[in-house]
Amino acid sequence: MKRLFPWIALIVFASVPIWLNDPYLLNAFITTGIFIIAAMSLNLLLGYTGQLSLGHVAFFGIGAYTSALVSLGFDVELIGGYRVVHEPWPVWLGFIIGVLFTGLCGYVVGKLSFRVRGAYFVIVTISFAEVVRLVALNWVELTQGPLALTSIPPMTLGLPGLGYFDFYSKQSNYYLVLGVIVISYVIIKRLVHSRVGRAMVALKENESLAVSVGIDVTRYLVLAAVVSAGIAGAAGSLYAHYLKIIDPDVFLFLYTVTMVIMVITGGKGTLAGPIVGGLIFGFIPVVARSFAAPEIQWILYGLFMILIVFVLPQGIVPAIEKWFGVNDEPKVAPTTEAKIQDAR
Amino acid sequence: MDAQPTQKQPALSIEHIAVHFGGLVAISDMNFVVNEGEVVSLIGPNGAGKTTAFNVITGFLRPTKGEVRYRGTSLSNLKPHQVTSLGLVRTFQRTSVFQSVSVFENVMIGLHRRGRSHLWDTLLALPREKESESELRTRAVEILALVGIERRSRELAGSLAYGDQRLLGVALALAADPSMLLLDEPVSGMNATETARFMQLLDKLRGLGVTILLVEHDMPMVMGVSDRIVVLNYGRIIAEGPPAAIQGNPEVIRAYLGQGAKRRARD
Repeated sequence: MKRLFPWIALIVFASVPIWLNDPYLLNAFITTGIFIIAAMSLNLLLGYTGQLSLGHVAFFGIGAYTSALVSLGFDVELIGGYRVVHEPWPVWLGFIIGVLFTGLCGYVVGKLSFRVRGAYFVIVTISFAEVVRLVALNWVELTQGPLALTSIPPMTLGLPGLGYFDFYSKQSNYYLVLGVIVISYVIIKRLVHSRVGRAMVALKENESLAVSVGIDVTRYLVLAAVVSAGIAGAAGSLYAHYLKIIDPDVFLFLYTVTMVIMVITGGKGTLAGPIVGGLIFGFIPVVARSFAAPEIQWILYGLFMILIVFVLPQGIVPAIEKWFGVNDEPKVAPTTEAKIQDAR
Repeated sequence: MDAQPTQKQPALSIEHIAVHFGGLVAISDMNFVVNEGEVVSLIGPNGAGKTTAFNVITGFLRPTKGEVRYRGTSLSNLKPHQVTSLGLVRTFQRTSVFQSVSVFENVMIGLHRRGRSHLWDTLLALPREKESESELRTRAVEILALVGIERRSRELAGSLAYGDQRLLGVALALAADPSMLLLDEPVSGMNATETARFMQLLDKLRGLGVTILLVEHDMPMVMGVSDRIVVLNYGRIIAEGPPAAIQGNPEVIRAYLGQGAKRRARD
């Protein structure tokens, strides 16, 4: 059952654009999906290595700006009169460069900030996000500052011999986001169910003990930061090419908080947690909007969050797993008994 | 466990180690050697510097002076995980297991160093990932059986009985493939049956050629398993030798063992 569940969910979500014709709801699905990707990336750091990055939106925004700028082109003058002119590149290339560049940022931030832990790490990441926001706001020549980057082209995919496919319609964007969610899910799943994931859980649980069995802590923290940042960058890129306009508000602290809420309520350290949490908190504003005034909507949002945290402190997914007695432990080799006989 | 059975070759040598915390001298000029295949115990009153010595040997703490060598390699500038990769593995006094994962997963974590798969194998689910993982699982089963807690393998480590947790701590260390084990008070808090079981395990490990350095307060156990004993008091080595000599040493009796030990030694 547990093995089938992701496939069932995938089929259900793949069918949504077929029966859902309301563009407003489809739009809600797409933006929620983008935030789910970002929440999944945050979960890799927060849920598996135990490090709370409150500057996670920085990677999201950097991905958005990088991808947009690569596909729009830019012309900036650096210090000393040195000009950098970039002609527009295909959008899919912008996406890839966006992911790689945010991954690189994750590497640098990880290398610098994992010298500290706990509250200090949180502060370093918040500062990082704020610095990046100020750069986006003030480097007007590159980012247009508060005027925003506009006319960002939609995602295109080059198919050899078949020409280009534009992700212009809502339906196509929906499948694009779903595709990236699936890829991110598979990457994170393979990572956390491997030796790498065990190393991450070990250093979350007990760092000295992890070190004493030979785990290079910094290496795995930085690796988690790189993968996490790259996936957040992918989400940012999708965001930029879907909305076609971005301004320095993509770096708002509120977005990081939204991601944290999605991860915590869904269940940190579980694969499905950010997806469940993301769906709930992505759709509360949509559902509440149909019957409540704007002030009431946010009160409902807050109340619902408090309720979940109080009733299910571990998050929704772990609670459901416990309820149904699903065991996530990898199976012991089937030859256990025989091996015990052979053991020295 | 890939230890060569070359007896009387020095494995670990502690040379002129001193540790100062500000004005406090935790260890002053410590010198001793542990030979390949030996079981050596480090004893002394609380605060004598035993755990500090462990922390220095395994790279958790930089000594103020002196050098530690393992099989000829200086450990001076190595990080703890690098010390482990030389085959020198420790256990901890209190937090000895990963509480919230299963016993089996604990050992799988411990087997980290033995994994052969690279990041790409993992991400692309290449055959090498599967091979490596199934090797690790086989090895984990073997280690649990060696330590004798294979029946507990699916339980959460945090829910184990105290004695079993300590055994799991040793299983974790064994998973890291040690040629030398440093055990920090492994039987503290264990009852007599558990201690006896632990001594049997030590015998098995000795049979496998693992060199052992032990810090322990349980004197009957120390006297029973050790080839040699090093006695510390106020950061200084006050005696060194086989158990019988230590039991009769007047300075050790005054500082640590007490008069009762002298009577027992005579009997």
